[in-house]
Amino acid sequence: MRIFDPHIHMTSRTTDDYQAMYDAGVRALVEPAFWLGQPRTSVDTFVDYFDGLVGWEPFRASQFGIRHHCTMALNPKEANDPRCRGVLDVLPRYLAKDGVVAVGELGYDSMTPEEDEVFAAQLRLAIEHDLPVLVHTPHRDKAAGTRRTLDVVRESGVTPERVVVDHLNEVTVGLVADSGCWMGFSIYPDTKMDPDRMVAILKEYGTDRMLVNSAADWGKSDPLRTRQTADAMLAAGFADDDVDRVFWQNPVAFYGQSGRLDLEGTPADPAATFEGNSVLRGARP
Amino acid sequence: MSLDTVLAERLSDDGRRWLDAATDRVRSDAAAIRVLFPAVGRNVGRGAVEDAARVALLKAVPSRGPALVDEVAALYRFGDAAEKRGVLRALHLLDVGDRGLPIVQDALRTNDTRLVAAALGPYGAAQLDAAAYRQGVLKCVFVGVPLADIEGLERRADAELARMLADFATERLAAGRDVPGDVWLVLDRFPDAATGLRKTAEEA
Ligand SMILES: [Zn+2]
Repeated sequence: MRIFDPHIHMTSRTTDDYQAMYDAGVRALVEPAFWLGQPRTSVDTFVDYFDGLVGWEPFRASQFGIRHHCTMALNPKEANDPRCRGVLDVLPRYLAKDGVVAVGELGYDSMTPEEDEVFAAQLRLAIEHDLPVLVHTPHRDKAAGTRRTLDVVRESGVTPERVVVDHLNEVTVGLVADSGCWMGFSIYPDTKMDPDRMVAILKEYGTDRMLVNSAADWGKSDPLRTRQTADAMLAAGFADDDVDRVFWQNPVAFYGQSGRLDLEGTPADPAATFEGNSVLRGARP
Repeated sequence: MSLDTVLAERLSDDGRRWLDAATDRVRSDAAAIRVLFPAVGRNVGRGAVEDAARVALLKAVPSRGPALVDEVAALYRFGDAAEKRGVLRALHLLDVGDRGLPIVQDALRTNDTRLVAAALGPYGAAQLDAAAYRQGVLKCVFVGVPLADIEGLERRADAELARMLADFATERLAAGRDVPGDVWLVLDRFPDAATGLRKTAEEA
């Protein structure tokens, strides 16, 4: 089974996770730029983070035979801090980089006027840079937030086929299905969505425009939720091709719209180094 | 191979069209290079042709004086490893005087062999002071950059550099490790510096 996790924050994960993901069938992933739990207070720390998303992290992933891509954005939570607003000025440089396959995570956190402004500005950047868009829906007031998100996307002129609206559940999936946007689901251990509920949604709505991710990050989360959901699909009677569609073909089709997905397999070379640092600490040949 | 030859021989038709359009854009709007520079590799190919195309883009920047220095410094600051290497390869062809030195110094602080080698190109060889140049060469030997890949050794190698390389080699031998043969490119020209080393090597 080959798996493409379309949303996972590997910066916060360990090399054990990379190994377990590879063993479970993960061969490609997209790491969206988001917040890190601890709020950042300057543009420079964002720049260092962005450099990692196109530098160290893809190198680390490659050591485990996994292709790493990313999305870039000023996330809605930190959009509310005026000290971080300058991120929008450096963003065009990063949206032009090789491994960047979408603008994101955009969307709302608390639905403030600042979030509105930053959301709209970055949708314009997506059009300018010809990139798809990853939109996150808020944890609180999710249905209202999703409706408002879809309105803003519609007004922006970005075509719905180039947008995925993420972290959906039974209540919000219908709204997004009708909009023509792609539907994203984050399968978490306790909250949001679990494998069996996900399978029920796939039965009802089909596998078209569906993206299923682990959204694993620095919180309680599990990078193998993709594989567990794939297994639950098979157990529920879905065919191998349905599983491949959801966990490989769909993410490839969505992010492929960037023209920058590079899935030509490169075998992990354990002796390779990134800027002189090997992941294999102390065991350098 | 000169940069022009690389472009003439290795650019595909599509790559040529992209680079022509990109240099035209940069000539009329310097800021356009900020989003074109990162996109070079996927449009013209990787490796030497990528470096040569980045140099061509940089040469097309119409800014002069501090504006040019700032533009180049920002491309390096926000660049990934390939973009940084492109800037280092272009410095000696840009009218930046000694204002590109901080870029070279930054590259020499990394452990990235591609950047260290590019830092000791024609610009670094011309601009670095003696102490920094010697440290750069020592670092090359240390991280495994072939000395044949760097500039200025013929002209800038001195007795002090020979002493540093001899000490490095002696330490390596004492630890039972191999010594890169490249050290002899310098030591052969300053035999006095290598007397102790030869003795250690014979005893080993
Ligand atoms: Zn996320």
